[in-house]
Amino acid sequence: MPVVGGGIERVGVMSLNPANAQDLAPSNPSALAPLVALRGVDKIFANGLEALKGLDIEVRDGEFLSLLGPSGCGKSTALRLLAGLTTPTRGEIDWRGERPPLSFVFQEPTLMPWATVFANVWLPLRLSGLSKERARPRVEKALDMVGLTGFARAYPRELSGGMKMRASIARALVTRPAALLMDEPFAALDEITRLRLNDDLLALKSALGATIVFVTHSVFESVYLSSRIVIIAARPGRAVAEIEVDASQPRNAEFRMSRVYAEKCRETSLALHAAMALPGGPESPSVKGARA
Amino acid sequence: MTRRDLSETLLPIFTLALALLAWEGLVRYYAIPPYILPVPSLVIATLIKDWGTLSGSLIVTLSVTFEALAAAVVGGVAIAVVFAQWRLVERAFFPFAVAMQVTPIVAIAPLLLIYLSAKAAVLAVAFLVAFFPILANTTLGLSSADRNLVDLFRLYRASRWRQLVWLRLPSSLPYFLAGLRIGGGLALIGAIVAEIAAGSAGGGAGLAYRIVESGFRLNISRMFAALLLISASGIAIYLMLSALSYVLLRHWHESAQEREA
Repeated sequence: MPVVGGGIERVGVMSLNPANAQDLAPSNPSALAPLVALRGVDKIFANGLEALKGLDIEVRDGEFLSLLGPSGCGKSTALRLLAGLTTPTRGEIDWRGERPPLSFVFQEPTLMPWATVFANVWLPLRLSGLSKERARPRVEKALDMVGLTGFARAYPRELSGGMKMRASIARALVTRPAALLMDEPFAALDEITRLRLNDDLLALKSALGATIVFVTHSVFESVYLSSRIVIIAARPGRAVAEIEVDASQPRNAEFRMSRVYAEKCRETSLALHAAMALPGGPESPSVKGARA
Repeated sequence: MTRRDLSETLLPIFTLALALLAWEGLVRYYAIPPYILPVPSLVIATLIKDWGTLSGSLIVTLSVTFEALAAAVVGGVAIAVVFAQWRLVERAFFPFAVAMQVTPIVAIAPLLLIYLSAKAAVLAVAFLVAFFPILANTTLGLSSADRNLVDLFRLYRASRWRQLVWLRLPSSLPYFLAGLRIGGGLALIGAIVAEIAAGSAGGGAGLAYRIVESGFRLNISRMFAALLLISASGIAIYLMLSALSYVLLRHWHESAQEREA
């Protein structure tokens, strides 16, 4: 069974330099109306669980926004609301104009195991009525972009975890979405694969200019990737803090060692801990014993 | 062939040969008459001698089995799809499918023989026993599609029909094939049981009828020969369906993966 972890070196867009790093966010994002805004959103599940209460989040054009919070804080629910996969109990989801094409990347690669990598990436185009032959150039380009050139005919089970996730990202990119919604996509991967995919994701973003909303529970990952981080507190989920990370800063190994990075990680950690100590949070006295 | 492969194939053959030799030896040593217990060599000789009659019966039993299995596949999958698309229909009818399954089919056979011709009754019994595992497994499979993939299809606004054809049906394939393997074995059992219940009314055609008939005539070696053919048919059906399952699933499903030592 061929399991190959490399392949990134062959791909041009994968190298990151300061020139394209500034594409991570528009030069003056606050001047634009948000791409989409969640306003006063409540979400109560059928079993009565209050997942979100009065959630306000604005997503700006072209930004890399991370939603950071403890497990079960409702950040995935917020993402599903944006995707239209569930509806709010109260509140509004305002798209600027018509809702643009979106893509969703799940925590699991979520590939169809019976279909080849090609067929998996083709799926969104196929559902919009594009024949195999007409879709082929776009599918192949998407596979090139994620470093899976030459793996079109492989089956998912022949791929490593990281490569499956690459295929999943290729499927998300093939429709050229205006916004990419990612639900802890790298949480199940090992550290080395995860760091590499972080860099590749940033390179893809600067090449494509799409807006990314990224759900994570990793402070380090959110600081490394984002131009902005919104901290979500749990039970019920609501936004409690917001941290801007200088978008013009090139993201590379040097950035990981830098003082700015360390300070932002510290600031973000403190905000996260403050959020977790709020009523309903995993470190609040009322819930502490129950979650152990 | 590795040593392990060799022991996996040769050991059972060796065990069988040893058992047959012991059987042959004991029967000869105690001089047990063939109308009580024939030696294996006599069973084989009878199989060859009576091949004309027995092969005809084999074809009758096998064709009933496969007709019933084919009907069970078509019916089981069609109804499972209806159940999956309209939950209300499932709720209305599934309990009856279960009730039908838990009722011992031998008890229904005499009733069916009143209302149907012997041939149709045998076919109906074989169909009824094969139908349920295929229906139940396929129904389960159709509702077991990865929930994230279902969300993905919704995100791209896929119609229910496309969701069924491109997602739910392929997802249910391993479940369906497991049901088919059970159903294949049961169809043969159903056909045999129904032939025995039909007795001479069955027109004296199938292998089970040959067993009953040979019993009446104290032709015990022919009873064994017919039994051998039934056994071989069951094994052949199982191997065939396992091979089908392997071919269809080898690229993607855990069940068809070769285990690394």
